[in-house]
Amino acid sequence: MPLWGKGMGQGQDRAIAVEFQAVGLQLGGQTLLSDLNFQILAGECLVLLGRSGSGKTTTMKLINRLLTPTQGTVRVEGKSTLDWALMQLRRHMGYAIQETGLFPHFTIAQNVGIVPRLQGWKPLQVKARVHELLHLVGLDPAQFGDRYPHQLSGGQRQRVGVARALGADPPILLMDEPFGALDPVTRLELQQEFRRLQRDLGKTVIFVTHDIQEAFLLASRIGLMQTGKLVFLGTPAAFAQCPEPEAQQFLQTLTAVPTV
Amino acid sequence: MSDFFLIRYGPEILQRMGEHLLLVGVAIAIAIGVGIPLGVLITRQTALCQPILAIANILQTVPSLAMFGLLIPLVGIGPVPAIIALTLYSFLPIIRNTYTGITGVDAAVRQAGEGMGMTDWQLLVQVEFPLALSVILAGVRVATVIAVGIATIAAAIGAGGLGVFIFRGIAVVNNDLILAGAVPAAAIALLADYGIGWLESRFAVKR
Repeated sequence: MPLWGKGMGQGQDRAIAVEFQAVGLQLGGQTLLSDLNFQILAGECLVLLGRSGSGKTTTMKLINRLLTPTQGTVRVEGKSTLDWALMQLRRHMGYAIQETGLFPHFTIAQNVGIVPRLQGWKPLQVKARVHELLHLVGLDPAQFGDRYPHQLSGGQRQRVGVARALGADPPILLMDEPFGALDPVTRLELQQEFRRLQRDLGKTVIFVTHDIQEAFLLASRIGLMQTGKLVFLGTPAAFAQCPEPEAQQFLQTLTAVPTV
Repeated sequence: MSDFFLIRYGPEILQRMGEHLLLVGVAIAIAIGVGIPLGVLITRQTALCQPILAIANILQTVPSLAMFGLLIPLVGIGPVPAIIALTLYSFLPIIRNTYTGITGVDAAVRQAGEGMGMTDWQLLVQVEFPLALSVILAGVRVATVIAVGIATIAAAIGAGGLGVFIFRGIAVVNNDLILAGAVPAAAIALLADYGIGWLESRFAVKR
């Protein structure tokens, strides 16, 4: 087995963390996804970029089997998601979503400790882990541990969301527009911290966004989705040169700063 | 002063209040024990949702005196048919509020729990139920207040309770007797309303 989480390898021999093989999805007579063929390498940050309704969140949900493909196979660490024990599959990957989905009736410490607790860690281990994670995302455990989500600012809640996703040290992180609801300044702050964190921890990240700036900042590769298809997959530099009309549309949203 | 109806009938009022509370308490306990699981069930088996809510709805519309009367051939008279009738009336608010409380839990919260690898049972017990609890309690509160009122009619089938005063008062055209039943019943209803309302606000989750 490859050494998950051992930082960014330079060679092309990095292990494949997630693989889509001829994946399609029909739901209620509608084709949501088709012809998805791509690989996500261990330690990379793949950003799925696309408009609302382009299928990026749906694609992500196939990875932790919130949805199952109607054609093809999604493999996680070489094994089809259908062959994984469902709960093991989900606890194997951190999951953070827009508006964080923090449990409003749990304290911050309880929220961050959910997955370790589900995994049956001992209370002291959970406590130590929560302490470590809150430090990692820049929140003082003594100050924030006992508070409830509604007592935190939006930015602080998102930090908790990231800490929670890292809970049981999963090799893979699924992030569905985790910073979408933040003001632009806080968002940039969290994006930069998240990038540092991802590189330091060497996690494999699949990140969904409709924000091209965010994609450029975080991605080792960008996957552009349009009407349920992957129309481009490559580095941010290649994306900037991509002639694909949808890519051009996104590039046009990068407005220039007015000069005096 | 000793002529004041609440004092004149004092000892009997206490006895009838005891009977009244017993009828309502047992009926609500059964309705909670059956209604909450049913409410949870219809959030999971959505095909059952319409039929179960429809049945609870119909039960609610049967006039109370008719309900008591209809139960007599089945279970006779006394506290048993009264408790059955009160239980049936209590189902709708409890089942419906359990259902709306649980389905009203923020989809993002539910999906986060699912995505993190919570089983359906863990999600229900640790997330959905605590978040729905204040809505469920609101259902219990409505059911209790209604049951306190309807239980006065149970005296007509020999179940005792504060209704005994009321029926006797009507028969002998004595307003003091009617009030000796009505005032304590109203007080119980108000206290239940306030008490359960307080619980509700204690379990309400800020978001």
